[in-house]
Amino acid sequence: MIDHAVVAAALAIGLGGGYLLARSRLRGRRADHPDSIHQILLPFTGTEVSRRALDAALRLAHAEGATLMPAYLARVPKSLPLECAIPSEAGRAMPMLEAIEQRATAQGVAVDARVERGRSYRHALERLLDRETFDRVVVPASTAGATGFSGDDLVWLLRKAPAEVLILRPGPGDRRMVGPAANRTGGPAPRASRRA
Amino acid sequence: MAAAREHGHHKIFLGMAAGVGKTYRMLQEGQAEADAGRDVAIGYLEPHERAETSAQARGLEVVPRLRVAVRDVTVEEMDLQALLVRGPELALVDELAHTNAPGLLHGKRYEDIGDALAAGIDVFSTVNVQHLESLNDQVAELTGVRVRETVPDSVLACADEVVLIDLTPEALIARLRAGKVYPGENVDAALNNFFKIENLAALREVSLRQVAEDVESKRLVLAAEEPLGTRYGERLAADAPQAVGERLLALVRPQPSSQRLVRRAWRSAQRLGADLDLLWVKPPGGPIEGERERQVTALRQLASVLGATLLIEEHDDLVATVARVVRERGTTYIMVGESEPARGLARLRDPLPQRLMRATPPGVDVRIVAHRGQKEAER
Repeated sequence: MIDHAVVAAALAIGLGGGYLLARSRLRGRRADHPDSIHQILLPFTGTEVSRRALDAALRLAHAEGATLMPAYLARVPKSLPLECAIPSEAGRAMPMLEAIEQRATAQGVAVDARVERGRSYRHALERLLDRETFDRVVVPASTAGATGFSGDDLVWLLRKAPAEVLILRPGPGDRRMVGPAANRTGGPAPRASRRA
Repeated sequence: MAAAREHGHHKIFLGMAAGVGKTYRMLQEGQAEADAGRDVAIGYLEPHERAETSAQARGLEVVPRLRVAVRDVTVEEMDLQALLVRGPELALVDELAHTNAPGLLHGKRYEDIGDALAAGIDVFSTVNVQHLESLNDQVAELTGVRVRETVPDSVLACADEVVLIDLTPEALIARLRAGKVYPGENVDAALNNFFKIENLAALREVSLRQVAEDVESKRLVLAAEEPLGTRYGERLAADAPQAVGERLLALVRPQPSSQRLVRRAWRSAQRLGADLDLLWVKPPGGPIEGERERQVTALRQLASVLGATLLIEEHDDLVATVARVVRERGTTYIMVGESEPARGLARLRDPLPQRLMRATPPGVDVRIVAHRGQKEAER
């Protein structure tokens, strides 16, 4: 009788342990592949990205446990197929994405980068909006379209983006850019104008 | 007698741009062949009003051109029929990529040349690198100028000889300024548009690389039906792995951390002038959907932007699959990310790089790309 009880108890402990182990693993997998994507998009063009914009995006991502999606927007001339390889643009984009990932990793923020092609920056952004899902977009406003986005582009983005759009007011920090050789010191707190 | 031969010998003079001297060199070699007693005729020559070129053509027989009426104008084309009837041992034909006027037998000049070669006539021809189909997009991106007339790469690959006519950008611009390429009134426009140092330097690099790759990839295999040792039995094995050129293979997974590996691999490929393949060995079963599908799409997009090839192989044996792909693709370099710490029985196995080195052919290097998160955490 005692033997039976010991075997039954051992079985119960084993089954219970197995169930708990399986459940914890399942939870781990769900955590790796969450149903709701929590991402912050940081589109940029050219060879540099505004440090104020990057700092704002990183701070938000860090606070909310979100993934930062830096997206390099590339213009493809009409003489080329839209989906063609763009090694020259890639040569500019890759070091930028590397630098952003370096800063993000230092602050414990996950990064999921993109390079999107379009006939114009707006077209590239439109394709990205169609393809990806995110909760916030962070873009720096600038005079003379130094970031690649004109005032019209930003108005268009506010209308089109199915997410909260954070347009940073122009400020002194706009001149400080993050490039491949940039150091890792953080910038000043940006003054943000948040619009839904 | 040309007709007695099975197939003509095709020699292509390749240049980075107009004015480097392709036509001149073709005529020079044609003259040397004629001096050696061969029957040489000009099938089509476009001297572009260049005095040196016209002078080089003197003394060579010219097959009369065909005059074709196109709408209200008359254009002159190579007369393929007349060339075949004349049947020289060697024909000199300029501008391989030329598009023929409507109504002719073939749409493209390289097809006319194909007929001449098939008739046993040796052909010397000329082409600029931006006309090559596979390079057309790349050159257009580099220079901002796109040409409409293209030649399939197979024409170059099947040529018996490809001769690169090389000239430094500075020397070409000096020729242009001296009026040796275009008439004086067109020089300024040319200098302001296509003939910029940066354009020419990029085109020169593309040309040099193209010829280098052509040399490397011409693997001679003997067609089974041809007798051993004959030139006609030699065929280009288009799918044969390259003997000398580097080819990188990056092992990826559909997750954001793979992007750093891809960036590193691409940078290495750029430095080596190598092609880049990305390989994801997908475990069997389980559809690609949800977040995984999104990440696969992102990898595919990144590969497309970089001009890399994304391969997805479904198999439960990673090492065996990588070894197979390495052999099939002629890979010389494998790049892998840092493995996650092994658990359970997996601790008893050798690390992935060691297993890869054992399974792949000798000479294939394996490089581990560190995971940035771990490195940052250690600081």
